[in-house]
Amino acid sequence: MNEHYEFLVNAALLVLLVVTAMGIARQSNLFAAAMLSSVYSLLCACLFVHLDAVDVAFTEAAVGAGISTVLILGTLALTEHREEAPHRPHHWLGLLSCGGIALLMIVGSGDMPAFGAADTPVHQHPLARHFLETSKEEIGIPNAVTSVLASYRGYDTLGEVAVIFTAGLTVLLLLWGRRSVRHDKS
Amino acid sequence: MSDINFIAAVLIVMIGLYTVIAYDNLIKKIIGLAVFQTGIFIFYISLGKRLGGTAPILDPDFLVYSHPLPHVLILTAIVVGIAITAVGLSLIVRIYEAYGTTMEHEILDKEHAILDKGHATLDKGHATLDKEHEQ
Amino acid sequence: MSNEFPTSQPASDESTILRVVTKQMVPGILLFGLYVQFHGDYGPGGGFQAGVIFASGVVLYTLVFGLEQTRRAVSPQVLMRLAPMGVLLYAGTGLVSLLQGRAFLDYAALNPEHPSHGQHWGILLVELGVGITVASVMILVFYSFAGRGRRIGRG
Repeated sequence: MNEHYEFLVNAALLVLLVVTAMGIARQSNLFAAAMLSSVYSLLCACLFVHLDAVDVAFTEAAVGAGISTVLILGTLALTEHREEAPHRPHHWLGLLSCGGIALLMIVGSGDMPAFGAADTPVHQHPLARHFLETSKEEIGIPNAVTSVLASYRGYDTLGEVAVIFTAGLTVLLLLWGRRSVRHDKS
Repeated sequence: MSDINFIAAVLIVMIGLYTVIAYDNLIKKIIGLAVFQTGIFIFYISLGKRLGGTAPILDPDFLVYSHPLPHVLILTAIVVGIAITAVGLSLIVRIYEAYGTTMEHEILDKEHAILDKGHATLDKGHATLDKEHEQ
Repeated sequence: MSNEFPTSQPASDESTILRVVTKQMVPGILLFGLYVQFHGDYGPGGGFQAGVIFASGVVLYTLVFGLEQTRRAVSPQVLMRLAPMGVLLYAGTGLVSLLQGRAFLDYAALNPEHPSHGQHWGILLVELGVGITVASVMILVFYSFAGRGRRIGRG
């Protein structure tokens, strides 16, 4: 019985996500699209909690629903928001190619191992056992995600912090200070 | 028979790609890129999920956990994603300040107009030079 | 539509409720950020989440009280120094283990008698570095977007 409920919650969240994504894609008002993307991030966080990825859900909720929406709204305030339908030739080209690739990938995903099964390559890999069993003695902290993030894959995280720092530097170089010349509308 | 998680991930990725292709507005393209990314996040997290498992926070009461490695990779990807969004949006602000628009075709039109003007000036210069030569 | 981010001016007098509620909420958000930062070993959380939560607290304060007042409280000059400090703290932890004769970022070197204690300290330091960098970069990015629209000679 429990599994049925789990499946139902999973399916409902996925349907909501796909529908919201379609809403974002169809929405011609950018302000509405920004707000929808915030809703979308919250739904995504719910799905991640359901899929046992609590750390990821935490980050997605804080980053997607919080900071990134604020940045998009800030950009809209600094530029303009016009309502604009999709560009016609691009619309059909995009629909056709994306539909085709989606079809191919869905057919291809039929060969993927079953969702949540214990005998998939992901769970059979020796690293899975190492992270979940040996890490208790080696690192000694309960949250396996933290011990993998900060210790086993410390190089990754160092590189990533450097990426964040570089991105911050880039934004500062591009936008810091006031605009010197106001753009005239002519 | 493919699982609904993988189908949904593919659909979301393709909806994101469609948004990037079909719209002319650069901000809309950035939003589409963010949607594209989340499709990949869902795919990775679904791969790490184990039915009947729990979050990988080790506790003697539980035996079955989902795999922590996809979570770590996606955690990193989300934060890099916000870095991409921030840099992209600030570039858009600068483009708007320079061109007065965030629509791709209008930016290209202006760019072509500037190029044409440059070519015209060049041609005029050449013509004057030729004339001087003849004299 | 005016090319101005709403944060360039403090909220008007009508938003008393908004201001009172924000004043109550911001310390809670910042405290929660610190909890997430230092409790990341035992529960969900860590440097990234904590940094973003911390930044969102500052963003909320800016949206209600205006950019100038927030800049006085959380100075951009300090943030600009903190951002590289976090990266250096991370890399410095790795360097310490390198100088102890172990591999780069092998935190067991921090406490050779108890390798797991060393790991614990190392993870705490490294996550602190991540948190400092993420929080200060996010706040600085928000400041740059919010400060861009102000016209010259005002605010």
